[in-house]
Amino acid sequence: MDAQTLGGGFTEPAIQSAHAFRSVMEVMARPGTIQDISGAEPPSPLSRAAGCILLTLCDADTPVYLAGETDTAEIRAWIAFHTGAPLMGPSHAMFAVGTWEALAPLSAYQIGTSEYPDRSATLIVESSSLDGEATLKGPGIKDQASLNLPELAAFQANQAKFPLGLDFYFTCGDQLAALPRSTEVS
Amino acid sequence: MSESAYNFAYLDEQTKRMIRRAILKGLAIPGYQVPFASREMPMPYGWGTGGVQVSAAVLTPEDTFKVIDQGADDTTNAVSIRTFFERTADVETTTETSAASVIQTRHRIPEEPLTEDQILVYQVPIPEPLRFLEPRESETRKMHSLEEYGLMHVKLYEDISRHGHIATSYAYPVKVEGRYVMDPSPIPKFDNPKLGQMAAVQLFGAGREQRIYALPPYTDVVSLDFDDHPFEASKADQVCGLCGAEDSYLDEVIIDDQGGRLFCCSDTDYCTSRRAAGHQGPAFPGSEVAA
Repeated sequence: MDAQTLGGGFTEPAIQSAHAFRSVMEVMARPGTIQDISGAEPPSPLSRAAGCILLTLCDADTPVYLAGETDTAEIRAWIAFHTGAPLMGPSHAMFAVGTWEALAPLSAYQIGTSEYPDRSATLIVESSSLDGEATLKGPGIKDQASLNLPELAAFQANQAKFPLGLDFYFTCGDQLAALPRSTEVS
Repeated sequence: MSESAYNFAYLDEQTKRMIRRAILKGLAIPGYQVPFASREMPMPYGWGTGGVQVSAAVLTPEDTFKVIDQGADDTTNAVSIRTFFERTADVETTTETSAASVIQTRHRIPEEPLTEDQILVYQVPIPEPLRFLEPRESETRKMHSLEEYGLMHVKLYEDISRHGHIATSYAYPVKVEGRYVMDPSPIPKFDNPKLGQMAAVQLFGAGREQRIYALPPYTDVVSLDFDDHPFEASKADQVCGLCGAEDSYLDEVIIDDQGGRLFCCSDTDYCTSRRAAGHQGPAFPGSEVAA
């Protein structure tokens, strides 16, 4: 194991994950808000924000899918060392991370069952920018909010399945935003 | 006087991650009860173990923590939970609603409107609103999945046929975003209108029943009713004897052996700050107590 694998995790896991979770919860509770999140230094091309989410939420109970270019030996080793999360394909994953193109098709992921809609995947979408024009409405949003989305149709189809569906985080460097299944986009 | 032998906020990190994942799914599906692996806490079930676990997963060392028990900051349950997190999470505590960033509550919503910077954590005894109508979990889960809530309206209708009005006065069922029927925990129905469109995040934890659910800010929450029997947020038709407030929820307190009684604010912080601002009620020391 090299220094890159062993390093880059939380130095004070209990405190840093508590702070990171508050940012993660804030963006999920208020879709469209953007928060800075820090503490993790994952191997590239994983963003620091995506690394923070994985360190805060993933462990041996949560299969992770590394999509596209994030599936490198360095990142596999980093996740294995810091979280112990098993790496699996999209159909078994509770968390998936990658660019929008790499994560497609969305039909591969679990969207929950009508009796247990919480048994659904959470996708961490690595993005180049979070500020954008898509209009968001729904729970957590006072009037309306805006966010940069890679497309609209996929999120509209996801919202139409409510209470089933996928939940998304968008990460860009240190920045984090979220889009739960309950949000209407246009 | 931090208890350094314990992990930050008492729970181990894997447990907190599990609770945090449940909170996030709860926020994504407002009103849906997310199962979670509730832990044994150093207090009996029924004393707020669900709320305590949610608070432990949410707190950071920079938070200011407030606990209320039926509105009061100074009852056994509130004092012991506040001290628990003072010792295990090293957080500041307060009794002032506006100074708190995380408020754990047993069966009340503070009178003072909450802000976007606050989180309200409810202790929930029975999270399933349909439980007393249908004891089987397998059936209530099916009813939620099919949006089959007719039975709840039958219960409210039976109230009307027996009492002439909807007699349910606490744990009054609500519908969240037109989808899930939710138990708001046993808050008085006076507090129901505050649930919807609240600026703060609302998290609900039921320890014994192993469920977490949530309301994101600015969520539509409607109390169930009928067109000809609309929902009414009721309270005792009195003013607070101590601070004179007309708009707050009141407790009725027996004060002597002659049946003398006093109505006073259930929210002790609200009442204290009103009295500090110079408001006086009819029973304020010096004046006659209304018998």
